[in-house]
Amino acid sequence: MLYSDFCILTSVFYILLFAMIAIIDYKAGNLTSVQRALAFLGQDSVITSSAADVLAAERVIFPGVGAAGTAMFDLMRLKLDAALVETYGRGKPLLGICLGTQIVMDRSEENQTRCLGIIKGEVLRFPEAISEPGTRRLKVPHMGWNRVNLKREHSLFVGIDPQSEFYFVHSYYPAPRDRRNLLGETIYGIPFASVLTSANLVAVQFHPEKSGRPGLRLLSNFCVWDGKDHA
Amino acid sequence: MLSKRIIPCLDVRDGKLTKGIKFKGNVDIGDPVEMAAFYYDQGADELVFYDITASYERRDIMIETVRKVAERIFIPFSVGGGIRTVEDMRHVLLAGAEKVSINSAAIREPGLITKGAEAFGSQAIVLGMDVKRVPPSEKVPSGYEMVIDGGRTFTGLDALAWAKEGERLGAGEICLNSIDADGTQKGYELRLTKLIATSVNIPVIASGGAGAMEHIHEVFAEGMADAALIASITHYGTHTVKEIKSYLHEKGIKVRMSW
Repeated sequence: MLYSDFCILTSVFYILLFAMIAIIDYKAGNLTSVQRALAFLGQDSVITSSAADVLAAERVIFPGVGAAGTAMFDLMRLKLDAALVETYGRGKPLLGICLGTQIVMDRSEENQTRCLGIIKGEVLRFPEAISEPGTRRLKVPHMGWNRVNLKREHSLFVGIDPQSEFYFVHSYYPAPRDRRNLLGETIYGIPFASVLTSANLVAVQFHPEKSGRPGLRLLSNFCVWDGKDHA
Repeated sequence: MLSKRIIPCLDVRDGKLTKGIKFKGNVDIGDPVEMAAFYYDQGADELVFYDITASYERRDIMIETVRKVAERIFIPFSVGGGIRTVEDMRHVLLAGAEKVSINSAAIREPGLITKGAEAFGSQAIVLGMDVKRVPPSEKVPSGYEMVIDGGRTFTGLDALAWAKEGERLGAGEICLNSIDADGTQKGYELRLTKLIATSVNIPVIASGGAGAMEHIHEVFAEGMADAALIASITHYGTHTVKEIKSYLHEKGIKVRMSW
């Protein structure tokens, strides 16, 4: 084999190896920003709506902006719902972002949607009748920077200052039934679950790709995570 | 608890930065991508770009700027100026902006707010409002009238009524600019800010008039704003975003202090 052939082969190998992060595309969000953040970290990724690509990937990011009803409809149409549940079952690192976090629950109040059921519990709307200090009533969506109080240590939060804030945009929040799924809590009028976990799944209600350096750190931690909860 | 946001505003023309004083006499002060990275490092919570490029043909330059900014900074930023159609919005959002801001086009065609919200979600649609103080009248009971074309044309629309209508049509946020205060560096229009911020249930970004850190404190404490747009106060090196945040933090305003 010629040296040049060897070079081509190794580069093909590297492309395959590093393209193993699949970002699921179900027409629900600004996926390019997640991919751009990964590119900044030197991580190649593929944006895909193919269930086969998702199953072949080494790790999977499941983002999303939009409504739960439409999102579930599109996931089912593309058979991505089953692919996601299977990815979870195989123990591959799985990261849910924003709506992706709500979709892993049993059901959502938004459009009365039945969701994936990976984590037990419901997705509820922020009550507008309550308020934060210094405001008249709670503005919904919860939009802007807020803190995450971690309940315990986790590989995805290694190297992240506890005072860090993350960028949120959402009107609904997940309410896990089992406290063991609650990894991080945020206060917006009421305390709510902003980070969920179950084995090889971590789901964040905020947007790590828009949360500056702490967000990038979380993404880079995910890129090397073995999918095991060491707690 | 949600932090109050500090948002530097960058005016861009033909791919270069400008800062207008009362919309006149703009002077070039640098490269928008470098400036965005600079503010990102200083702890800005978000950025706003206004494209004031006159000719429609040269707008591709702005898309290229947006793309470069999105590769460098990982906080939300919005782009406004000259966005007239859903396709215009799509270009800007695909290039990496988190939000688009529509102003005159929304007044000429209010349906554009709804179309944008349906296509990209309300969180992506910012209603930009340029407002001028007028004597209260039957048509403009609040005493604040919507103006367009950079403040040159009065529309006969009441600002309070338009803010509520914008929310109803699907805007996810309001960027409220007082033409009277803009460029004066004498403080935000507090009465207007409070009026709008307490009348709608979407976040309100106060804009126009920040010349000192006290002004930013006032607009949060008295104006009830959710975010403050700043320009001259940091562009010309009077203060850094970090100084402003430390000041607000000491005054008891919740701001993001770690980045």
